[in-house]
Amino acid sequence: MSKHELNDDSVVVIVGSGAGGGTLANELCQRGLKVVLLEAGQRQSTATFHNDEWFAFNQLAWLDKRTTSGNWRIAKDFPNLPAWICKTVGGTTVHWAGASLRLKEHEFKTKTIYSDVKGANLLDWPITLADLEPYYAKAENKMGVTRTNDIPGLPGNNNFKVMYNGATRVGYKTVHTGRMAINSRPREGRSACWQLGFCFQGCKSGAKWSTLYTEIPKAEATGKLDLRPQSMVLQIQHDKSGKATSVLYADKDGNHQLQKARLVCVAGNSIETPRLLLNSSSSMFPHGLANSSGQVGKNYMRHTTGSVFGVFKEPVHMYRGTVMAGIVQDENGMNPSRGFAGGFELETIALGLPFAAAFLNPGAWGRDYASLLEDFPNMAGMWIVGEDMPQESNAVTLHPSEKDKFGLPIPNVHYDDHPNDIAMRNYAFKRGAAIYDAVGATRTVEVPPYPSTHNLGTCRQSELPRDGVCNKWGQTHDVKNLFISDGSQFTTSAGENPTLTIVTLAIRQADYIAEQCTKRNI
Amino acid sequence: MKRRDFLKTGALVVAGTAVAITGLIPEVRADAVPAFATLKPEEAETLLKMTRQIYPHSKLDDAAYWKVVKQLDTASQADPATAKLLADGVAQLNSSSSGKFAGMSDNQQLDALKGIENTPFFQKVQSVELASLYNDPAVWKALGYQGPAYSIGGYVHHGFNDLAWLPDPPESASPKPA
Ligand SMILES: Cc1cc2nc3c(=O)[nH]c(=O)nc-3n(C[C@H](O)[C@H](O)[C@H](O)COP(=O)(O)OP(=O)(O)OC[C@H]3O[C@@H](n4cnc5c(N)ncnc54)[C@H](O)[C@@H]3O)c2cc1C
Ligand code: SF4
Repeated sequence: MSKHELNDDSVVVIVGSGAGGGTLANELCQRGLKVVLLEAGQRQSTATFHNDEWFAFNQLAWLDKRTTSGNWRIAKDFPNLPAWICKTVGGTTVHWAGASLRLKEHEFKTKTIYSDVKGANLLDWPITLADLEPYYAKAENKMGVTRTNDIPGLPGNNNFKVMYNGATRVGYKTVHTGRMAINSRPREGRSACWQLGFCFQGCKSGAKWSTLYTEIPKAEATGKLDLRPQSMVLQIQHDKSGKATSVLYADKDGNHQLQKARLVCVAGNSIETPRLLLNSSSSMFPHGLANSSGQVGKNYMRHTTGSVFGVFKEPVHMYRGTVMAGIVQDENGMNPSRGFAGGFELETIALGLPFAAAFLNPGAWGRDYASLLEDFPNMAGMWIVGEDMPQESNAVTLHPSEKDKFGLPIPNVHYDDHPNDIAMRNYAFKRGAAIYDAVGATRTVEVPPYPSTHNLGTCRQSELPRDGVCNKWGQTHDVKNLFISDGSQFTTSAGENPTLTIVTLAIRQADYIAEQCTKRNI
Repeated sequence: MKRRDFLKTGALVVAGTAVAITGLIPEVRADAVPAFATLKPEEAETLLKMTRQIYPHSKLDDAAYWKVVKQLDTASQADPATAKLLADGVAQLNSSSSGKFAGMSDNQQLDALKGIENTPFFQKVQSVELASLYNDPAVWKALGYQGPAYSIGGYVHHGFNDLAWLPDPPESASPKPA
């Protein structure tokens, strides 16, 4: 590990150490650049992880107050917890389940292909699948994704057996244990999956890829990385020419520090990234940094989700083994005859008893709910993840009055389900229930969305500066040495779990940044 | 945003915080009423019946619910506002024309609770119960959840794929373990 000076203006400052920021940090260090990585959370390790749902949630999750509005059920069930994401070194790659899917070709061009979806602010990405393919290959190799690079799939657990049998009985064809960034064999000094079943709590065996114990130590080994945990970035500052010059942050003791920078990359996940830009407004950028389009914070997406749990006469013990143990992919294509644009995946999910009680029907109590929980050992579960529509009014904004402990406005997250989202969710609920009914479910339960685990789109890529915040490299249209390096870049959400694409974009961005620095363009 | 909605989940998350940070599920003997720091015997008895109605499990004996009441007692001790919320809530439950809550029939108790389910008092009790009852290894055992498996090397050799009432998927879909 190295230490860079606060007044060293040759460093790249990266905000956030998750999928985007952690990967970018390593990629830039490997290319010889000096990096200061500022992370709001503490550093944990496989040794400090706990296989305990509530404990881990409190240890790892982002719990700073946020508010919500809109007609999504989250605003009712979890009004101060719109998103389930992490504040810790490694970001949400500590919590994530590991499902790693490429976006499909048509998903980069939904404005063209879905034509006019009323009320949706669709836009084509400024890149295509072909642009990303070589980088997807690098990302899959880096992350050790199963069913790529000759890495075998993971063995299916009981939860998958139920999904497989049900799905094939209703006629689905593409059903397997998925493409997972979880070792099925020891690889790169990390063990194979122990089937612990606590993937969401930090993988104690280290089998699951997380920037915490892959990218970050590799970057540290180069001697180029200065990682500063418990450093909350408050503002990005600029000079008279509109170039970013430095980053103001609060260190672990709450003292303000000013770090100079050659360039700044923001990867705080799709709520904090736009919040930081909005909180960095100045007389030159009165509506927030890099916001001449007015799109900073807009088009917030969170995927169309929901879960289906099935209860059976015989035991399942869904919580034993990988949480996302398998996938049904037949519904992920385009098929408007279903009554909606876009597609979705069905992936197994499992909750332990503490979270099952909290999430199966938030707020419910009484005999019926207690009896459902008594069926816990005989339950199987699956999660829906589908493309949701970008809407300009779905937005992260600054709260008009409430402030955080640093005196900065907290974010409000507004989300209305689009009719397309509702149609997809209702259809997917029925298909999920049909899968379980086909193998003898005595009861199926439709479970509303959890706080958002996938948060996307609030600083989207666009060809034209007026339509979005950054270009096809994640470089903001307005400030040449300011980059968006996380899921906020997504122009549309696509129907796949986003992290493989976030990592892919970060690797590609690193190439561009290194080249631009060499050419002295930034 | 409606105030009670805020309270509901604020409370849910906070309860999780409280339980996880203390990390303690209190010890309670199966055959005796525990001692409380702030709750009066009648209050404790009312809360016991109330917590049983909120998440009623015939598989669980009173000890499981006394632990929840213990958590509420600890919360009262730590925070006077919580103590008042609980004391006032219990007093209100016990002031109904049908008599004391603990003496009511099951259905009367249910009706009484339905009448107050949107109050901060009910939601406080429910959220503490949610995060402590179902976080108790004794309850896991009774309800058939095995919990963490790290100390035994994971479920990889402990039944992660032992389901036998359905055929095994082909290896192309589900390869054999390493
Ligand atoms: C339970 C769960 C399961 C998931 N499963 C999957 C899956 O199977 N497949 C998949 O593709 N995705 C999954 N995801 C989503 C995945 O984790 C995220 O998409 C991904 O981690 C997002 O990457 P990011 O870089 O945008 O943000 P993050 O990984 O969230 O990293 C952002 C980091 O920035 C830090 N930060 C924010 N603001 C500041 C600031 N102002 N100053 C300093 N630091 C700051 C945060 O503390 C955080 O560490 C899952 C998520 C959850 C919660
Ligand atoms: S199931 Fe596998 S990936 Fe998940 S926590 Fe356990 S060892 Fe890690």
